[in-house]
This record gives sequence, structure tokens and C-alpha cells, in this order.
Amino acid sequence: MNLKELVTGVSGEKQFLLGNEAAVRGVIEAGVSIAATYPGTPSSEIGNVLSVLAKDANIYFEFSTNEKVAMEVAATAAASGLRSFTFMKHVGMNVAADSFMTTAYSGVNGGMVILSADDPSLFSSQNEQDTRNYARLSNVPILEPSNCQEVKDMVKYAFDLSEQFNIPVIVRTTTRVSHMRGVVEFGDIKDNSSNNDNHWKRGHFNKDPSKYVPVPAFAGDMHIRLWDKVHKIEEVSNKSDFNAEVNFTEDKKYGLIASSSAYNYAHDIVKFNNLNVNILKLGFSYPFPQEKVVEFLNDLDEVFIVEEVDPIIERDTLACIGANSLNVQVHGKLDGTFPLYHEFNSDIVADGLNKVFNFKDTESVEFSQSLEKLSEDIPSRAPVLCAGCPHRAMYYGINIAIDELGMKPEDVIFASDIGCYTLGINPPYNAADYLLSMGSSVGDGCGFSVSTDQKVASFIGDSTFFHSGVSPLINAVHNKHNFVLTVLDNRITAMTGGQPNPGIPVDGMGDEAPEVSIRKLALACGCDYVRVINPFNLDQVVKTYKEAFERNDTAVIISKAPCTLIKGLTKKPPVEFIEGNCNNCDKCVSALACPAISKVNGKITIDKSQCDGCNVCIQVCKYGALEAGR
Amino acid sequence: MDNQYSIYICGVGGQGIIKTSTIIGEAAMNQGLDVVMSEIHGMSQRGGSVSTELKIGGFNSSIIPKQGADMLLSFEPIETVRGLDKVNSETKIVYNTQPIIPSSTNKPYPSVDSITKTLKENFKHVLPVDGTQLAIEAGSVLSLNMVLLGAVTADDKFPLTKESVIEAMKNNLKPKFHEMNIKAIESGYKSIKG
Repeated sequence: MNLKELVTGVSGEKQFLLGNEAAVRGVIEAGVSIAATYPGTPSSEIGNVLSVLAKDANIYFEFSTNEKVAMEVAATAAASGLRSFTFMKHVGMNVAADSFMTTAYSGVNGGMVILSADDPSLFSSQNEQDTRNYARLSNVPILEPSNCQEVKDMVKYAFDLSEQFNIPVIVRTTTRVSHMRGVVEFGDIKDNSSNNDNHWKRGHFNKDPSKYVPVPAFAGDMHIRLWDKVHKIEEVSNKSDFNAEVNFTEDKKYGLIASSSAYNYAHDIVKFNNLNVNILKLGFSYPFPQEKVVEFLNDLDEVFIVEEVDPIIERDTLACIGANSLNVQVHGKLDGTFPLYHEFNSDIVADGLNKVFNFKDTESVEFSQSLEKLSEDIPSRAPVLCAGCPHRAMYYGINIAIDELGMKPEDVIFASDIGCYTLGINPPYNAADYLLSMGSSVGDGCGFSVSTDQKVASFIGDSTFFHSGVSPLINAVHNKHNFVLTVLDNRITAMTGGQPNPGIPVDGMGDEAPEVSIRKLALACGCDYVRVINPFNLDQVVKTYKEAFERNDTAVIISKAPCTLIKGLTKKPPVEFIEGNCNNCDKCVSALACPAISKVNGKITIDKSQCDGCNVCIQVCKYGALEAGR
Repeated sequence: MDNQYSIYICGVGGQGIIKTSTIIGEAAMNQGLDVVMSEIHGMSQRGGSVSTELKIGGFNSSIIPKQGADMLLSFEPIETVRGLDKVNSETKIVYNTQPIIPSSTNKPYPSVDSITKTLKENFKHVLPVDGTQLAIEAGSVLSLNMVLLGAVTADDKFPLTKESVIEAMKNNLKPKFHEMNIKAIESGYKSIKG
């Protein structure tokens, strides 16, 4: 499919879409004018697609420096009467939370929707937090799509709901929903034509401090108004078509309540095993549709609650049972029927249901011994730094510097951050000892430097530095902290698929943009030692680290070299192996862990399709067995 | 439950696995079939193992249960072994025989012949394909995914026609590669059909 069809596609047309692409179509159908994000998997493709389509869809789109800024861009757009959309991964909600909580109080004028993508089973995240808790924390409504069609439909509906009650609305996806593909039927597109010289519509902000400025005198009333909205919205969730019974039987003994992907697994198991269970599917799960749930529970003896990650619907259901003195037994996460962590799948849900229904064929298929041995013997294939990745050279170089300064690895704490460079955790680099969140490497450097006598080496990427590395660097200088901060400036937001950031001269819609200098920022923060180095020059890397470690202040080293995955870069020819010179020390393999270098049948082999010609291995080999290609 | 068909596709990041799966999904949609697919993006793509799951014919869930695949299509020999959880005694196991040796690992890569031998001892339908060679013959090693796509269409139970798969390919890949890709699909098809 050509992505443009997300803009040009007419009502009734069907496309095979990724969940994240379906979200974009929902945004376009809803007539959104302003969209902002900070990229984060599993929500990243929404931004990648919007970045391409924004101008065709009359949308202003930006990659903001962080999720909080994105939230503020969306909130002010909605306050100005425009429809606005912000989206992020689940942990991005933590960054945005401060402003988000206030938008619940102040409310909106144009519709405002926040899509937060959870990551059960942590495919690319540091935790499994459940965004549905934010709906309860803020009293903001939440929708939980289970497939691509629903992603599109719910995103679109969320804008209507938001405008109806002047409140932001959350759409919660999970990795399996964001990265599911399915058939999506398009609907009508609401007109969002521009009313000015820009390609997007301008709104107008009507001043009303009692609504938009949460000083104590006003915020108390805002909280009262918020609860009034919650009660009214609950009447809507009770009647919503997104909360619907899916009936398989006349028998009223067993019921099942499910949402999101967990609903899909439960549905297929009940359907294909002919279980006597009816399902209440909750797509609009906060404000909790108590009336609808009680009506479903009324005739039941036992109910299963199938949801990923936290037992949220389960607790709300238990509260309904308690408040209405119902006699229904609940099987969920709290009684151990289903696990309290990780994503579900058909097998996990079937195992839970099997505890009551005993329908599963328990005869397990056993592999033969030869197959079991083969399964045990295959090598793992963990993600690695790419061939030609500038981070590899930095990690190799710092370890040499530490050794040459007579320090041991345990003398230096590596405070890592969120990005490809977290892969430095693996041997041979062993360059990740502590990590909390985006930007934490800098604050962690502050803390370790006063808490221990160990040296601290903090590593942060360019995009992460802009995201939340600057204010802790100011803290480091002002409070006289002593550590070495490396900014791995690879000229892109790499891990999430290559989005621009303020360090490069392009914005989120592909237009020219002022480039913000990391070096000047570090100098302006008051750092006395700021060095910009070429990571592929090993001597320079080692020398700079040795200098920096011997200082007693906050030293900043900026490694400046583009990510090898950036399209359009001219690659250097691959390295040549001179077999006669090889001493079989294997250092090029073991010290670099480069995917382009391996030892096959006792001989060093350069995979020329992968080798990027970064030539770091040539500087590592003492025997002249590796040469620059021509 | 005629026309229900589940394919587990696995390999290494960068081999074109997601694109291949999307083409199958789109072809299924164009033939009027229900189809859902699951894929994983992000950190797992940095040279790590990659897999997609495709389910055609009336499923809500896009994840294949254990031993639930009709076809295991693997782009790389040891990734085949990693995908065996999804295989039952009737599953067709089609895999490319060209290894991609993982870096920084302490276990030696087993010989491909020994993998094939063990698989054949345990499963009925084991179909190794020298996909990399066929791709080179078709015009580029990059058409490996099209060779394997062709191999899938050769399964008698596969509910999509080769023609609809080719149409979906054309809708997803650049016109200048269509001729090479069709050649690759045909050679993959023949490698199974004979």
C-alpha cells in the first residue's frame, strides 16, 4: 500500500493496515489539525507516517523534544479550539504526566486525544506499566482497542467524546495492537481545511483564567467540574457499543469480561472450543461501565476477567459485586487464574480457562532427544550494535582508557540511558551498570559522584540529551559533580527508527530547521571541558577519555558520527583481511563483537555485505591483518 | 474451518520478513478472506531474531498458539529451530538453508545438514530450500524473501493463489523490481512443486 492512501482513501475502502497506520487514518478522519509526539516503540510508526503525510492531511506535526512538550503542544491546540493528537509509549506518559494531569482539570475546547502504547512483555521497554492506571489517576476516559479497525474507529470516536465533555481522552494500545495488521474499512473524513497561509487551520484562544489557570482559587472548582464530567461520561460508557456482549450460549452460569488483545485470545478459545461462556467486551473501560457490568454479572455464578497487565477491570468488577451484593465468583489475576505480568497469548488464556472447563487436550507432544539437543545447542541471536556503529568504537575506547589509567572495571560506574547504546550492556563492552529512564544517566552521574569514590561514566544519545539531559547537566555543573558525560551524537533518533531531533537541521515535516548545538548547550550549562571527537579515531577516543577521567568536574565528550542506518550516507569500502598477517589472536572478533567479523572454520571472515568500512577493527589489530578496503 | 491457515514466519532482522508477511496479508484481503497478522518492531531489529505471525480465516487473535501453525517459513536455518514451538506433526516446515552466523556468541553454529537431518527425523514435511542461491539466480540476493514467498504458495493447503500474491507484491514493491521478484516467486514455487 502507498501511505498516501491513508489521506486519499474514501469511505468504504479497505486496506491491510498496521495498528499504528490505522491510528493515523483515525486522526485524519477526525480532522485533526495539530499532532505532536516524542518517538517511542510501540507507538513510533504513527509519527513516521504522520511525518510523511502531515502536509497532505492539513496537519501541523512535530517531533517534540519530549512527551511533556508534545502534551503541552496538544493541550494548547485543544484549548484554542483545534483538534489535537499526541501519542507516546507508556513510559512517555510519566514524562508528560505533570501537564497531562492539569489538562484533565482545565479541560479542552477542541477535541484532544492521547494515544499511549503499552508494552506488555517488554519487547522494547524498561517496564510493563499499565496506562489504564493513568485514566483512574486523572479521571480521564480511556478506550482500549483490540484490533486495527477498532484503533481507527476508537481514535476517531475519542475526538467526538472529548469535544462532547470538554475533556482529553486516552486511547490505550499495546504492542500487539499497535503492531498488529488487519483489514480496516475507512470512514468519512471531517473537513480540516486551512483558513490561512499555512497548510493547517488556526484556532483562537479565548482567555478564561478560571478555566485554564489552576491556581488554588480556581483548581478546586475544576476538580468538582471534573467529577461532574466523570459521572456523565459513565452514562455514555454504560451505553457504548464499544462495551458489548458477545454471546455464544444460552447458559448463564459462566461469563467472561475482557479487553484489548486479551479479548482476542479469549474470543478465539471460547469460539473454537465451544465453551459455554458469554463474553462482555470492554472497549470503553473508564469511567467503568458499572451498570452494564452488573447487568452482565446478574445471572452468572462465575466470571473470568481476562486483561493485560494490571488487574484493573478485575478490581472494578469486584467493587461492583461488593456494592450490589452479588454472589459471583471471580477468576482473574488476583486468584492466580491468569498471570499478573507479561503479555497474554492463546496458550496462557486457555490454561487459565482450563482450570474450570478442563477442555484442553493435556497430552503434550514431546520432542525426540535429538530435537531437544538441537534446540539447546543453537546459538542465541540477541540484538547487537550494527556493523559500523559509532557507539562500538566509544565503548571499546573508554575501556582501553580505563585500563591504561590503571583502573579496574569495578572502579568505574557506567550510567546508561535509553537508546541503541543500552546494548553496551553486553560483553565485551559491559558498559551499562545503572539505568532508570530517559535522561537519567546525567542525574545518576550527579548522585553516584557524591555517593561513592568510584568514577562515573554516563552515556546518553543526542535525542535523549535533548529530551531530558540538559536540566540535569545544569544541576551537575551548579552542584560541582564529578563525572564524565558522553553524548553519543549519531545525528538521529536511532532506536525508534530514525526520526529527526533538534540536533539536525530538519523538522518533523521534512522542512529545514535550526540545528541546536550540543556543544554550545554544554558550554552554556557551564561545563569547562567539552570535546567533540570522531569516534572512529581510536587514539583520539582513548586520549580524550584519559584527560576527562583525570578531571574533577563535569566533563562532556561529544562523539559525533552518523548512525550507519541513516539513508543516503556514502559507505566506505569494506575492510580487507590479509590472512598471512593474522596471528589468530581473535581480538577483532572478541573485543569488538562486530556482526561483520566472525571466525568461520578457523579463519577470520569479513561479511562484506555488512561491513561499513568504519575501520575501527584495523586500529584494533596489532598484526596488520586488516586493511582499509579500496 | 476450511480456508483457515496460520503461517509463522521467522528469520533475522533485515531479511524482508515483515514485507513478505504484509504481501501475504494484503493478498488474503484482496481474495476476500479475514486476515490478521502480528509483527515485532524496535530493539529486536538490531540483528536479532524477527518473527511474524499470520492467521487467515476468521480469527480475532493474531498470535498462533503452540503447535498451531500450518506453515513454518524460516529465512535462516537455526531460526527454524527457534520456531518449532509453533509446529505440529502436519506443519509444513520450509526454510532457507543459508546460515547467518550470529556475532558474539559462545555456541558454535551447527551444520545445516545436521539441522535438516534432525528435522526430518522428527517431522513429516521438512522442505529445505537453497533460497539464497535461487535469489541470486533471479537477479539479487535481496529477492530471497520473494523466493520464500513463492515456496509458501506451493503448499496445496495455502488458501491464496500465486497470482493474487504476485498482485499484492506489485502493490508493495517498486516497479523496477517486479520482473525480478516474479522470477524469484516462480523459482521458489518450483523448488517445492518440482
